[in-house]
Amino acid sequence: MIEVSDLRTSYSTGFLHRTEIRAVDGVSFEINSGETLGLVGESGCGKTTLGCSILRLVEPTSGQVVVNGTDITALSGRALRQFRSHMQMIFQDSYASLNPRFRIRESIAEPMKIHHMGDQSTIDRRVRELIEEVGLNEEHLNRRPYELSGGQNQRVVLARVLAIRPEFIVADEPTSALDVSVQAQILNLIRDLGQDYHMTCLYISHDLEVVRAMSDRVAVMLKGQIVEIGKTTEIFDHPSHPYTRMLVSASGHHMDEMAAESMR
Amino acid sequence: MEKVLLDVRGLKVGFPTMDGQVKASDTVDLRIASRETLALLGETGSGKTVLGMAILRLLQPNTIIEGEIRFLDRDLLTIPEKDMRKMRGKEIAIVLQNSGTSLNPVYTVGTQIAEAISLHQGLKKPAALSRAVELLDAVRIPDPDRMAREYPHQFSGGMRERVLIALALACNPSFLIADEPTKGLDSVTRQQILDLFREINQDRAVLFITHDIDAAAALATRVAVMYAGEFAEIGPAAAVLGHPAHPYTRGLLASLPERGMRAIPGSAPSLITLPEGCRFSPRCTSVSERCTLEHPGLVRVGPGHYARCMLYD
Repeated sequence: MIEVSDLRTSYSTGFLHRTEIRAVDGVSFEINSGETLGLVGESGCGKTTLGCSILRLVEPTSGQVVVNGTDITALSGRALRQFRSHMQMIFQDSYASLNPRFRIRESIAEPMKIHHMGDQSTIDRRVRELIEEVGLNEEHLNRRPYELSGGQNQRVVLARVLAIRPEFIVADEPTSALDVSVQAQILNLIRDLGQDYHMTCLYISHDLEVVRAMSDRVAVMLKGQIVEIGKTTEIFDHPSHPYTRMLVSASGHHMDEMAAESMR
Repeated sequence: MEKVLLDVRGLKVGFPTMDGQVKASDTVDLRIASRETLALLGETGSGKTVLGMAILRLLQPNTIIEGEIRFLDRDLLTIPEKDMRKMRGKEIAIVLQNSGTSLNPVYTVGTQIAEAISLHQGLKKPAALSRAVELLDAVRIPDPDRMAREYPHQFSGGMRERVLIALALACNPSFLIADEPTKGLDSVTRQQILDLFREINQDRAVLFITHDIDAAAALATRVAVMYAGEFAEIGPAAAVLGHPAHPYTRGLLASLPERGMRAIPGSAPSLITLPEGCRFSPRCTSVSERCTLEHPGLVRVGPGHYARCMLYD
């Protein structure tokens, strides 16, 4: 469904000595329809820039992103806007993703209004449906983001994303600011709703255990390039690139070690 | 058994608000021996940071505090501020949460560490600065001589965390409080910080405040699990994390992605209006009628292992 080929995005920094930072440096991969591809790598490796470049929230320098046969790097104006109704992004900071002056009801309705998805009563009905789907209730619709917890706000973001029934979402560390028990609730919700809505997903995280739980396939990113990509079980059980091996061995394993020690 | 360094008895911390008192810490009893690492595990708003701040007496003046915090036979809650100031940094140091905002952006890293050293140990500036460089080297900052002359914004998140640790170790305190030192770090950097703590905790007591269960398993001799301002469970790390007794601890472990990611239903209660009886009862799968009526105490479930649950009473 999604084909990324030789995608490059660079930023230039510096005032007197302009230097170019190649955040995404020749990346190619595919995501099949309905599949979740996990993207892992350490801070600053270019994961977020890659996610944003695919949706053209950041303009790629060169390369192609073909979605369902359309090269979206060639789109502009109205065609791009129309295309955006099929794609959504979930960010790490749910509080910053919501307009603080909007009631939750308005926040969820906004994308449907932008994309002309029915009259006021249709939208109202859909908003009430969505709030239940993400595990909140109608009482929350009249609140504002500061009155809700981080987990609840992330549920609202999810409702807002689902409102326009996107085919493709990029989720950038949606749970890294949440506690483990809340994280489990949100991840289960993303997984279940992803199936219900038959969504294709690029799931970005530095937490390997989360990526393992969420993804069908995993891509490992290092300094703007993808160094390894494959089935989730393959990547975790038989990592071939030395960097992947290091990541897998640095991931949370102290619980197992402790259990092994107490057996002795 | 090492001698008891910190002895907290019946600590209650409350914050007055317009809607009522927030009971951030409710009758907490805690003993930490020298050279012991106790991980204080809890979720956002469970009161774990407040406990650390109460020990250092860094809470705002209108906070309501009851109980005793004895450190080396002195009650930290009653000693004069002048004595407390000498204690902070020198005897008890803290690695604050959020390395991005805990350092002063207008001073070099070396100067900030040297300031602590000259204040507590009376060293002259050049001597203090060279000691600061030694400390940066000890926390594995590459090229410490040069880095000491750099400003906090020139450091990455992991490097800033190391600077905070160096700052806390400046006066070689016998007790270190670390508040979420692995928060926001990627897995490789996080592992390096954990390795560093494994060295640091060899010769001092550490209260490691965290929501990172795996980090607690890596470092702690004992683990205390905090829920809604009180300890739900406390005991040896292997017992609490290997054979958890309290339904909340079990739920927490089961919600880890590598353990099946089964979420605990519901959400944590407000610390203003706590549930009657057991505070976890509205979310508990083993709840009985008694749980909603009586507030359970800590019950012994194994050697040094206690759980606040009716299942064992």
